[in-house]
Amino acid sequence: MKSAYAVILLIAALAVAAHGQTLRTAENAAAADTPVDAGGSIDLTWEPSPDELDAKAEVLGYEVWRAKRPAGDYKKLADVEAGKESYQHTDEEAENGVEYFYKVRVRGEKMSTDTAPVGPVKAAPQWFHKDRLNMLVAAVLLSAFVLYYISQARAGKKLFIRRIAGLEAVQEAVGRATEMGKPVLYVPGIADIDDIQTIAAVTILGRVATMVAEYDANLLVPCSRSLVMSTAQEIVKEAYLEAGRPDAYHRENIRYLTDDQFGFVAGVDGIMVREKPAANFYMGTFYAESLILAETGHSIGAIQIAGTAMPSQLPFFIAACDYTLIGEELFAASAYLSREPRLLGSLIGQDWGKVVILFFIIAGVITAFLAQFGFEIFGRSIALEQLFVVK
Amino acid sequence: MKFVRWLADIDRRIIFLVIAVSVVVPLLVPLGMRVKVTSQTKIVYEEVEKLPAGSNVLVAFDYDPAAAPEVHPMALAFLHHCFAKKHKVIIMALWPQGAQLAVSAMGEMMQEFDLEYGRDYVNLGYKPGGDIVIKSLGASFPKVFPRDMAGASTADLPIMAEVRNLKDIDLIMALSAGDPGIPAWVRVANALYQRRVAGGCTAVSAPQFFPYLQTGQLIGLLGGLKGAAEYETVTAYAGKASSRMDAQSIAHVVIILFILFANISYFILRKQGDEGSGGPTARPPA
Amino acid sequence: MRREIPMIVAFVAGVIIILEFFVPSLRSVASQVQNWYLVVVAFAILVGAFNLLRMNYMKVRDRRADWPYSIILIVGLFTMAIAGIFWGIGQGTVFDWLFNYLMFPMSSTMFALLAFFVASAAYRAFRARAVDATLLLVAAIIVMLGQVPIGSIWIPEWWPHSLVFLTPDWLKDRIMEIFNTAGQRAILIGASLGVVSTSLRILLGIERSYLGEE
Repeated sequence: MKSAYAVILLIAALAVAAHGQTLRTAENAAAADTPVDAGGSIDLTWEPSPDELDAKAEVLGYEVWRAKRPAGDYKKLADVEAGKESYQHTDEEAENGVEYFYKVRVRGEKMSTDTAPVGPVKAAPQWFHKDRLNMLVAAVLLSAFVLYYISQARAGKKLFIRRIAGLEAVQEAVGRATEMGKPVLYVPGIADIDDIQTIAAVTILGRVATMVAEYDANLLVPCSRSLVMSTAQEIVKEAYLEAGRPDAYHRENIRYLTDDQFGFVAGVDGIMVREKPAANFYMGTFYAESLILAETGHSIGAIQIAGTAMPSQLPFFIAACDYTLIGEELFAASAYLSREPRLLGSLIGQDWGKVVILFFIIAGVITAFLAQFGFEIFGRSIALEQLFVVK
Repeated sequence: MKFVRWLADIDRRIIFLVIAVSVVVPLLVPLGMRVKVTSQTKIVYEEVEKLPAGSNVLVAFDYDPAAAPEVHPMALAFLHHCFAKKHKVIIMALWPQGAQLAVSAMGEMMQEFDLEYGRDYVNLGYKPGGDIVIKSLGASFPKVFPRDMAGASTADLPIMAEVRNLKDIDLIMALSAGDPGIPAWVRVANALYQRRVAGGCTAVSAPQFFPYLQTGQLIGLLGGLKGAAEYETVTAYAGKASSRMDAQSIAHVVIILFILFANISYFILRKQGDEGSGGPTARPPA
Repeated sequence: MRREIPMIVAFVAGVIIILEFFVPSLRSVASQVQNWYLVVVAFAILVGAFNLLRMNYMKVRDRRADWPYSIILIVGLFTMAIAGIFWGIGQGTVFDWLFNYLMFPMSSTMFALLAFFVASAAYRAFRARAVDATLLLVAAIIVMLGQVPIGSIWIPEWWPHSLVFLTPDWLKDRIMEIFNTAGQRAILIGASLGVVSTSLRILLGIERSYLGEE
C-alpha cells in the first residue's frame, strides 16, 4: 500500500513538473505565395505563442524552418526576435513551382516547441498586377488620345489652339529690339536637353530665331548645358537658313557658360549689363536664379517674356516680367508657333486627358458627398476614392 | 509731391541698403522672438518620437550649399533628434554636394553624441540617377551602395546588416532644394514601396508640396528657415535657425512697409492724374 | 544608324520599365536596365566633367570672351580633384576646408542675393492697379506676416478662439492649404500630363529633339 502511494505521488510530482515546463506553440501559422511579385518568395505569418502573451514562460524568440516534405529534412531559415503582436517572415530563397512545408519553432529558455507543418505552398511569379489596372486604363486612355490627335494633325486636320497673349508680344519684342539696334537675349533654361521644358524652349527658340533673322537683329543664346548649346546652334542655324540669311548666323553668339546654377546666372547678368539687349526671353526650366535674371533684365530696360512650368518660379516671373507663359502655355506656345503635328496633337490629346480628369474630380466630389449620407451602389459605398488608389 | 514721385520711383539701391540693414542688425542684436510650432512640424516630430529606439531612419541630403542656410539647420535639428532617440541613421545624397554637407552635419553631431560610425550611422555618399536610384534601393541597398562614402564595404557595417532594401527603412527624411528631391521620394519610395516620407525644403519650394501633404503622401513638411526654427523649438535644440528668424521677421516687415509706401504713392499720383512710372528704374520707351 | 540606335535603346528601355510596373515577372529584367542606367549616368558625369574641361580649355586657347575666368575654373577643378583624391574628403581634410570655406559661402551668397531682388520686385509689382493685383498684394502681406514670429507675437494669451480667423497665421494657413494647394495641384496635373505625353513621343520616336533634331 505504501509503495503504491509513493508511486502515485511520484507520478503526480512528475506531472506537475512537466506542466511547469511546457511551451505552447505559435498560433495560426500560415504560408502563402507572396502576392504580385516576380516569384521566388513565400510569406509566412504567425501569432505569438500564448506563453509569450501570458508571460508564463520565457519566450526568447522564434525560428523559421523549411523542408520539401512534411516529415522531411528541415533547414533553419531565420531567427526572429520576440516582442511583437504578430509576426511575418518572407522566404526569398524559394524556387518557383517547388512545394515547401514550414514550421515555426518557439524558442524558450530550456525547451522549444514546433508548430505542425504548414503547407504545401509553392512560389510563383504573377503576370499582372491586378491592383494597378486603374493605372493601366489611365495610361492607355491618355496615350490613345495623344496618338489619335497626332495622327489627325499629320493627316492635315486643323486643330484649334487658343490665342496666347504672351506670344503676341514675341513679335513686338523682336521688333522693338530691331528698332533700337540692340540684341535679343534668349535663355533656354538651366536643365539639360532631356527635360521637356527645354525641348519646348528650343522649339520656341527656332521660331524666335526665324523672326530675328527676318528682322535682321542679333540673337544671343547663353546655355547652361553643352548639349543644349549644340542643339540650339543647329536650330538657330536652320532658322537663319530658312529665313534666307545664312550670312547673319554667328555661332559664337550661342555659347555655353557653365553648368553651375549661380555661375550661369552671374554670366548671363554680365551679358545683359554689357550687351544691353532690348528683349529678353526666359523659356524652360528655372530655379532660384529666375528672379535674379528677371530683375537684372528689368534694370536694363528690356521687355521680358518668360515661360516656365516650374511652380515655384512662376510668381517671380509674373512679378518681374512683362508677359509670362504659365505652365502648359509654354508647351502650347511651342505647338502654336511651330504648328508641328506632333506638338499640336500632343497638346489636344493632353487636353482631352484633362477633361477626363475633370469629370472624375467632379464625380468624385459629388459621390464622396453622397457617401457621407450612406448612399451605396451594388452594396458598396458610392465614393470613387478606391478607384484611384495606387498599390 | 516731389517726395511722392521720388518714393514711387525710388532707386532700388536704397531698397537694397534698407534690406541689408534690416537683416544684419537683428543678427547682431537678437530680439528673441518666440517661434510658434505649426502642425506640419509637430507631425514630423511625433513621427520620430513614436519610432522604437533603434529604428532605421534614412536621411537624404538632396541639397547644395546655396540652399544650406535654410535646409542645413533643419538637417542638424533632425539628426540631433534621431540620435537623442537612439535611432540608426542612414545618410545618402542624390545631389553631389549633399554628401559633403552630411559630413559637416555629422561633425557637429559627433561633438554632442558618442556615436560609432558603422553602428549608429553611416554615410553612403552620393549616387547619381534620381528616381532610378530610389527604385533600385527598393530592391537592394547593397547593390546600389556596395561601398560607403569612404570606400568601405557596406556589407561589413553592422548598421547595414538589417537594411536589405527600402522596406527595412522605418522613416525617410528627404531634405531637398530641387529635383531630384521630395517629389522623387514621394513618387517612388511612398507610391511604390509605401514608405513613410517626411520632407524639409527651402521656403520657396514648400508651397508646391502641399498637395502631397493633403493626400498623406508626405507625412509632414519643414518649410524654409521657419520650419528649421520650429523643429529646433519643438526638440529644444540650440540651433541657429531660431535666432535667424528675428532677421527674417524684420526683413518681412520692411518689405511690407515698402509695398505700402509704393501703393500710397501710386494712389496719390493716380489721383493727380499721373500713374507714375511704375517703380524703380522702369523701362525707357521704345 | 546614328539616329536609329538611340531611338531603339530609348524605346526598349522605356517599354521594359513601363511594363514592369504592371507585370511583376519582369522585375529582374527591369532591375538590369536600372543598373545599366546607373552606370551610364555615372559615366555621363565623367563625360560632362571632361566636356567642361575641354570647352574651357578651348576658350583659353582661342582667347574667346571672358577667357580668364576659364583659367580660374580649370585651376579650381584640378585643385578640388587633387585635394580629394590624395588627402580624402572626410572631415578636417583640405577638400572639406575648401568646400566649407570657399564653395559654401560663395554659393549661399548668390542665393542670398534673392532677398534684395525680391524686395525690389515686390516694391515694383505689388501695386493695387486692378482687382487681381490687389488680391495678390493682400495675400502676399498676409503670408509674409503669417510666416514669421512677428506676425503672431502681438496676439495676447487671452485672444478668443472664435476670433482666430483674424490672426495672420490662421489666414496664412487657409491661403496655403486651400487656394495655394488647389493651384499647385492643377499645375501638377497639367505638368504630369505633359510629361506622359512627351515621354510617349520620345518612346515612339515621334519626338527627336533630344537627338539634336527639330
